[in-house]
Amino acid sequence: MLKIAGLTAEIDGKQILNGIDLVIPTGEIHAVMGPNGSGKSTLSYVLSGREGYEITGGTVTFNGMDILAMEPEERAAAGLFLAFQYPVELPGVGNANFMRTALNSIRKSKGEPEVDAMAFLKLARTKLKALQMSDDMLKRNVNVGFSGGEKKRNEVLQMALLEPSLAILDETDSGLDIDALKIVADGVNAMRGAGFSALVITHYQRLLDYIVPDRVHVLMAGRIVKSGGPELALELEAEGYAKVAA
Amino acid sequence: MPAVSETLETVQAASDGGYKWGFETDIAMEYAPKGLNEDIVRFISAKKNEPAWLLEWRLKAYAAWLKMEEPDWAAVNYPKIDYQDAYYYAAPTNKVVPKSLDEVDPELLRTYEKLGIPLREQERLQGIAVDMVFDSVSVATTFKDRLHKDGIIFCSISEAVQEHPELVQQYLGSVVPQADNYFACLNSAVFTDGSFVYIPKGVRCPMELSTYFRINAKSTGQFERTLIIAEAGSHVSYLEGCTAPMRDENQMHAAVVELVLMDDATIKYSTVQNWYPGDAEGKGGIYNFVTKRAACRGARSKVSWTQVETGSAITWKYPSCMLLGDDSVGEFYSVAITNNHQQADTGTKMWHVGKNTKSTIVSKGISAGQGQNTYRGLVKISAKATGARNFTQCDSLLIGDKCGAHTVPYIENRCSTAKVEHEATTSRIAEDQMFYCRSRGLSQEEAVGLIVNGFCREVLKELPMEFAVEAQKLLAISLEGSVG
Repeated sequence: MLKIAGLTAEIDGKQILNGIDLVIPTGEIHAVMGPNGSGKSTLSYVLSGREGYEITGGTVTFNGMDILAMEPEERAAAGLFLAFQYPVELPGVGNANFMRTALNSIRKSKGEPEVDAMAFLKLARTKLKALQMSDDMLKRNVNVGFSGGEKKRNEVLQMALLEPSLAILDETDSGLDIDALKIVADGVNAMRGAGFSALVITHYQRLLDYIVPDRVHVLMAGRIVKSGGPELALELEAEGYAKVAA
Repeated sequence: MPAVSETLETVQAASDGGYKWGFETDIAMEYAPKGLNEDIVRFISAKKNEPAWLLEWRLKAYAAWLKMEEPDWAAVNYPKIDYQDAYYYAAPTNKVVPKSLDEVDPELLRTYEKLGIPLREQERLQGIAVDMVFDSVSVATTFKDRLHKDGIIFCSISEAVQEHPELVQQYLGSVVPQADNYFACLNSAVFTDGSFVYIPKGVRCPMELSTYFRINAKSTGQFERTLIIAEAGSHVSYLEGCTAPMRDENQMHAAVVELVLMDDATIKYSTVQNWYPGDAEGKGGIYNFVTKRAACRGARSKVSWTQVETGSAITWKYPSCMLLGDDSVGEFYSVAITNNHQQADTGTKMWHVGKNTKSTIVSKGISAGQGQNTYRGLVKISAKATGARNFTQCDSLLIGDKCGAHTVPYIENRCSTAKVEHEATTSRIAEDQMFYCRSRGLSQEEAVGLIVNGFCREVLKELPMEFAVEAQKLLAISLEGSVG
């Protein structure tokens, strides 16, 4: 379970998060929607531990652990995964090598044996097939020369391989055509289950047609101003943020 | 250093960071008196039972060296070297030249095992022939008999002087003349050992040849000399590795490597240089002043230098290619890392003389801590070298804000049909790259290792397979403690 209570954070002295309260029970998928500048990306970065954000108040616990006190890699080992809005390029670093290194780092910290190159390839091919992606994805350098859609699919592939218990999807739908959107949604839906929760951050309702959330929260000016069921997303789409939040 | 990577991992696991090769072997040694003078040159020559011509050659070099000035144009700073305050000859006291590994001092075998070079296994498993140079002398060479069947000579240069004097006399100093530069000249006077390779016409060497240099004795310089001759249509891949104990003092290593290539010959020369770099405060470490040069005398001959420079307090090294034969090819692939207080001034010289000669330079410099890394390269194209082509790419990566990267390319072109290209970039490991890796579960050090290896990919892929794996690990180890 993810529990955010009274979370405030600032960057370069500017307060972005103004007291967020949010609980995601294990097994549920929650959507956070909000206009530009409402603090959506800041929330995802603060949760995953990016440097440069100062936490000025509040707490975040994940399965009882104080994750704000943990390094990003410790959070990953604890089961947190961030699908980036803008996935980063790593020139010269093979995608397969990157993902195997990541998987083994996480396995090591859990005291599990490492996966060798052959076993990893087998595992990766299974995941690729399930996600309808080409094996070619493994041979290329991490995100280098990838189209916007390919980058997002690569994020979903990593998620499928690392099998997190909480995935944060930061505007994963932005810049995706409808086919790519379906692949991404299928990837998330395939993970749905008692041991998996997700925080889907998005601008538009469109993604939520494919990933139907248990709850929808409206984020404005760094605060959750309204929460409801999946119908809230439709309402936002029809009426706009200003009216719904008013 | 074609070490079995498992051994390296074991060594790595046994220590907790820092330089893993810094142990000292306790073995009875014989030294020349301290200091440098004509008598020392004679002492070395006598120790090696050398013919008169070689003693003359050494003395001539010594006389020339006395008149030379230590060069100061490189972007490296170090206190003035007292050449009288070192030993120029140190050798384990074994009375007989070992005929097989059974006769080699077990302490030496253990030393090389500890370094990841299990000689006996390699002898059994086949695959790589190794010459071991311990301080001033070669202590063992494996696979000599197997190579001899193909007419290949692989032995220490001291042995070559005795067994094949005509070859040594013909080629020694023919690529790097005695008075070429200050350090090469010093080497010519006092060189003690090194490797000698001769590949006959049309022979493709059936295995990797390798030399492993180890400085062990205190206050001792290592001056090795390597000579490789590739006759027409021959092919050889040669690897060298090197380490030294951790000491507070600076020790000097001034080597000369000469390569000679006839028509259609190919030499691939790979180096993983891992001399002790000094401690985090910059105390100790090896001064590495090396002259390496290949003469592509034959048409269509090809030389490829690949170097991974992770060690030494100071690196001064410019493996060069004299492209004399028409259509000859020179390549230089380099990764140089400077961490803590290390300084590297390294690069290459490509001298195009033959027609349609081609050269490629790919240099990757990585600076961390307070390290200073300079690429210095010369591309010289003479008037006769019509159709010559060069491509140069110099990339620098900075980690932290106290290090430096410098690129000093020189281009001298006297030929209107030549084509010269130069590309250079300087970058930092971006914060978003680090965060991306860490958010996937990689530690900071794993992330830096991965990003740096990616940055060096084009060079590392030029290394022979077993070397490449080791080099990748070495890069990660060299950068330990550079972030966080």
